[in-house]
Amino acid sequence: MNDALVTVLIAMLGGAIRVSTPFMFVALGETLTEKSGRINLGLEGNLVLGAMVAYAASYLTGSPWLGVLAAGVSGLFLGALHGYICKLPKVNDIAVGIAIMSLGTGLAFFFGKPFIQPTAPRLDAIRLGDWTGNPALAQALQVNPLFFVGIALAIFMWWALRNTKWGLIVRMTGDSAASARAMGVSVDLVRFLATASGGFLAGIGGAFLSLYYPGSWNQGLSSGQGLMAVALVIFARWDPIKCIFAALLFGAAGAIGPSLQSIGISQGYYFFNAAPYILTLFIMIASARSKGAAREVPGELSMTK
Amino acid sequence: MTVQTADTIVPVKAGPDLRLLRLAEAFAIPIGALIASALAFAVFLLVIGKNPLDFYSLVWTGGFGSSFSIQNSLQRAAPLILTGLAFAIPARIGLTMIGGEGALVLGGFAAAAFAIPLVTNGVPPAVTLLLMALIAMLAGGIWIGIAGWLRHYRGVNETISSLLLSYIAIAIMNFFVEGALRDPASANKPSTMPIGDAYRIGAIPGTDVHWGFAAGIVLAIVLWVLMNRTTFGFAARMTGGNARAAKAQGLPVGWLMVVCSMIAGACAGLAGFFEVAAIHGQANASLVAGYGFTGILVSFLARHNPLAVVPVAILFGAIAASGGVVQRRMDMPDATVLVLQGIMFVVLLVSETLYGRIKLFQPPALGDRT
Repeated sequence: MNDALVTVLIAMLGGAIRVSTPFMFVALGETLTEKSGRINLGLEGNLVLGAMVAYAASYLTGSPWLGVLAAGVSGLFLGALHGYICKLPKVNDIAVGIAIMSLGTGLAFFFGKPFIQPTAPRLDAIRLGDWTGNPALAQALQVNPLFFVGIALAIFMWWALRNTKWGLIVRMTGDSAASARAMGVSVDLVRFLATASGGFLAGIGGAFLSLYYPGSWNQGLSSGQGLMAVALVIFARWDPIKCIFAALLFGAAGAIGPSLQSIGISQGYYFFNAAPYILTLFIMIASARSKGAAREVPGELSMTK
Repeated sequence: MTVQTADTIVPVKAGPDLRLLRLAEAFAIPIGALIASALAFAVFLLVIGKNPLDFYSLVWTGGFGSSFSIQNSLQRAAPLILTGLAFAIPARIGLTMIGGEGALVLGGFAAAAFAIPLVTNGVPPAVTLLLMALIAMLAGGIWIGIAGWLRHYRGVNETISSLLLSYIAIAIMNFFVEGALRDPASANKPSTMPIGDAYRIGAIPGTDVHWGFAAGIVLAIVLWVLMNRTTFGFAARMTGGNARAAKAQGLPVGWLMVVCSMIAGACAGLAGFFEVAAIHGQANASLVAGYGFTGILVSFLARHNPLAVVPVAILFGAIAASGGVVQRRMDMPDATVLVLQGIMFVVLLVSETLYGRIKLFQPPALGDRT
């Protein structure tokens, strides 16, 4: 029994590290967008399109890292589209997010059809656990470089938002468009750039899905991860560092089902598949109207009002 | 509640004129957006080396070309009317509920599961179908009602929560369909026990279109009356315009939001019932067909007007009905429709910026009226 528990915990640790990376990238992208005062609900579309583009580019060029770059560019395109449309008057950013979600998934499924069968070169993992001598732990500690890129990025964003002029401009635009305008900042431009860069990051999250874990391209690859990551940003209180921990938590929740299956408990597999969604919902219920969230929320966001 | 009558304010003279202009604007801009997105999609087709004229003529013949294809289009429009209403009603009160897909799946599953003991005990089909429809509406209503309740009482964003609830609903169905309620005969595609041909809901006499289409039209009319001609609808639309002002007027904003959400869920749940009772005869993964998501687009194009939802849903039903022909004849993937819908959606939202900005539709300024 104890062995089984250890197996499950190790599998969950490995799962958390693997599953969390796309959450992390999407959440960081969304944090940047929301810090500038706009919501992009469409990052699910960026994630799916990024996954397809990464897989296709990796297959066609033979270089998975070129695939990652291509995925980022595809996300940049969708993010820029969102950013551009939202700056028109009378356009609702939440509705545009839904539209971008459907456009991104549609394009991905349309162009991704020929790439479902072939095998593309995947990203290599860094083997961090070989010294432990425990095969299960070694397996769990195979970490993809993108995981570390995500952490480094989160630390950089945390620092840059606090300590640089650009960070101040983004935060000011998000807290009060009027004062940003008074300072001579172009609110539309800042938000456009923040949404486009956020889209870029979400695209990279998609590349992780198709090029590392689960590691293939098909139409059921992402089922709401992009959306959960948006919810995660509220939970992480728009703080890049907290996004890492929130992403790990979500990753662990997502890994419950497969981990239990690894020790032969397949009863309720479909129920555990729902665990991340249920967790997200409960976290939203707990954090939506808390005092902490009310203090940290960028003042211009329409979502939490 | 106390609403102050504004009898001191003299209404602007150009009353009917203004109304007509607004109506013309409300028709012209979405139709313009539809044409613009058709052109944008034509450019997309040209870029990938397909002939747009072939595409549109195939959509026309596949959707409206023969009496068979017209009936096919109407049949596919039925769930879209209901899921369109499921987005439109909360939209009027200011909620962006995108969980129609989940309410449809849960409603269909609840109906199929509830039918099993009734069918085995030989309850008459009419009673069984009625109970199935009620349970489907109840399941869907509660599901979206939860999102509405969370929005008002806990401040949880309803767009995200309703989509999360959709994923949970699909997981609930999979859990039972793969487990306790699985029909052993369904080997490749796990399903609930079939309700049997005797318990299927039939077609509208003289057609092959199932009753869901008629139910959709009736509901659209009922909901239009509810939203436009009753105190409830007035209060709901006022809340949608400015929730804080509505609250200050003493309107029960939270109750209105929950009721509108429950109506929406009941519509989507009813769509699930018809999918089970008229098309599939059992609940399985085929219920997750994207009707809930297409319904969002239908509602936006109809400007969240329940009556306008019907023709728009027929249009999208026709596009869906022609999907097979387009796939075979033009050798295009089934996701073609998704791309078309995505482009339409984006163009449509861009067009919202035009309201009040096209000179043709504006009343003459006060200075001009001499």
